[in-house]
Amino acid sequence: MTRRFSAPVVITLLAAIAAVAVTALLVNIFTRQQEARNPFYRVVELDDDTTDPAVWGKNFPLQYDSYQRTVDQVRTRYGGSEAVPRTPTDADPRSIVAHSRLEEDPRLKTMWAGYAFSADFREERGHAYMLEDQTFTERQVVVQQPGTCMHCHASVYVPYKKLGGGDLIKGFEQMNQMKYQEARQLVEHPVACIDCHDPSTMELRVTRPGFLEGIQKVKALQGIDDYDVNRDATRQEMRAFVCGQCHVEYYFKGPEKRLTYPWDKGLRADEILAYYEETGFSDWTHAESGAPALKAQHPEFEMWNQGVHARSGVACADCHMPYQRTGAMKISDHHVRSPLLNVNRACQTCHRWSEDELRARVHTIQDRTYQVRNVAMDALMALIADIRTAKEAGAADAGLETARRHQRRAQFLLDFIEAENSMGFHADQEAVRVLALSIDETRRGQAALPGGKATPGPITDMPPPPQVVSPGRAPEGD
Amino acid sequence: MTSRLILIAAALVGVTIGIGAYTFVYARGYSYLTDDPAACANCHVMRDHYTAWTRASHHAVAVCNDCHTPPSLIPKYVTKAQNGFWHSFYFTTGRYPDPLRITRRNHEVTELACRKCHMELAESIDPAHTDTGRGGLTCTKCHNDAGHLE
Repeated sequence: MTRRFSAPVVITLLAAIAAVAVTALLVNIFTRQQEARNPFYRVVELDDDTTDPAVWGKNFPLQYDSYQRTVDQVRTRYGGSEAVPRTPTDADPRSIVAHSRLEEDPRLKTMWAGYAFSADFREERGHAYMLEDQTFTERQVVVQQPGTCMHCHASVYVPYKKLGGGDLIKGFEQMNQMKYQEARQLVEHPVACIDCHDPSTMELRVTRPGFLEGIQKVKALQGIDDYDVNRDATRQEMRAFVCGQCHVEYYFKGPEKRLTYPWDKGLRADEILAYYEETGFSDWTHAESGAPALKAQHPEFEMWNQGVHARSGVACADCHMPYQRTGAMKISDHHVRSPLLNVNRACQTCHRWSEDELRARVHTIQDRTYQVRNVAMDALMALIADIRTAKEAGAADAGLETARRHQRRAQFLLDFIEAENSMGFHADQEAVRVLALSIDETRRGQAALPGGKATPGPITDMPPPPQVVSPGRAPEGD
Repeated sequence: MTSRLILIAAALVGVTIGIGAYTFVYARGYSYLTDDPAACANCHVMRDHYTAWTRASHHAVAVCNDCHTPPSLIPKYVTKAQNGFWHSFYFTTGRYPDPLRITRRNHEVTELACRKCHMELAESIDPAHTDTGRGGLTCTKCHNDAGHLE
């Protein structure tokens, strides 16, 4: 027998294999087409009182899955966090925390002397930890914190409504006046789906009274009266506004501890400072110098507004929650994190350079900002020491008033950049501009001291400018 | 015996042709033979590019094929076949990187396409730049949003 298989057998086999392959392709095309329809299966009913993200997660498992990943602790050069083990105590059961910024830079302790932040200040962890980390920070032990904090450390939309008998603003006003521990009993989850999404349409929605009122002030400055963010904002604006609900500078106004975004004069650091100067607000009296000091808090939204990305219409979510492909579906990544941990999706969608090149560009901006921040910090330390020395030498309060005023101003401007979580990236020139203003305030403060002469301080070697990483190669042909 | 085998083989070949034809129609395979830009967005991956094209300056004067295939008939269909095969391959397996990047060859096709209409302009620029065309200075380096609005 020369031929083991006859022609019909071979043809049958080949045809069968081809049939299998074509059928598989058909099924694949069908599956992709179904996926591309972005199906959503309503397995539970969501309403305006559903806070638990796990319930929302049943309808939106992919988004929920990535949302849960905010527990990850990953460092970047100037942010992120790594897991630091600690021995749990009765007062603080956390076995893992982020590292202490105060240990990393003890000058922060001097800057915040007499304020709760000098007791405990750590690198921020992901969204998943916002409630836990605030509940157990040592700042709670040092000072009685108000219920106002819940505005941004918990999913507070439904609790506000319940407390206010259906009225969000009323509930907000009531919780502000509670003690932290009292208010803590009313909330259960860190930021959840309902804080940014309308449960019936999934459209973005602002739920935070602080932002509802704050953005109204900003828009009024632009000549827009009676601005209602949930009625008037575009979809792309909302992709930044929902983040701006919390990632902003704020203060607690008056005895009612009403959370207020100080945007009456504008969003820039010096405009906010001007507002505080006009209202005479101060957070605390500096323990070493006696200055009426201000604490700046994570003004990411304000700084982003000054930068080229905001100017080009790029929203927070474009880089911090970029679209990702899951099968044939395109969903936004709810694992909110540093774009530096996700360069290809966060940056390369617009910037056609290699990941190394893009990372190097970001680090160049951050290294430069960090150097200027350190210069401003050293200058501030000298001013605080000078005021303390003058005070100890018996200078009267009246003679120190101007210097203290400059310290307050210098410190706020510096803290504005220090507290902002991008080390200058969100608006690089703006960051350096604000730091320059801070250094100038320090200089004026030293000159205003009794004797009128500034103490030059010891001459120290300035650290060399940061190494600029060699640029990566641009993709060929582009 | 042999004739029965031939019958089975013939039936199977027929079934395969049938499924193949159905798949071709179901996947709108015929649309790829046209110049209709919507055909390129049959596949969801291209939807963003398609949408961006509808909003770009050139959408009134050029469709996908004007910029992404060479002008004459044979090179055009060779390019279509080549891209069609690889696109199908990668989209079926799902193994392709995000964001999408144009390949070197396709980029050259596009660069030449600019010159189909803007030759006079390009010629007056070229002498000043020794690295024009392949790999060096290209039209899209600056006019990146001519075809697709960013």
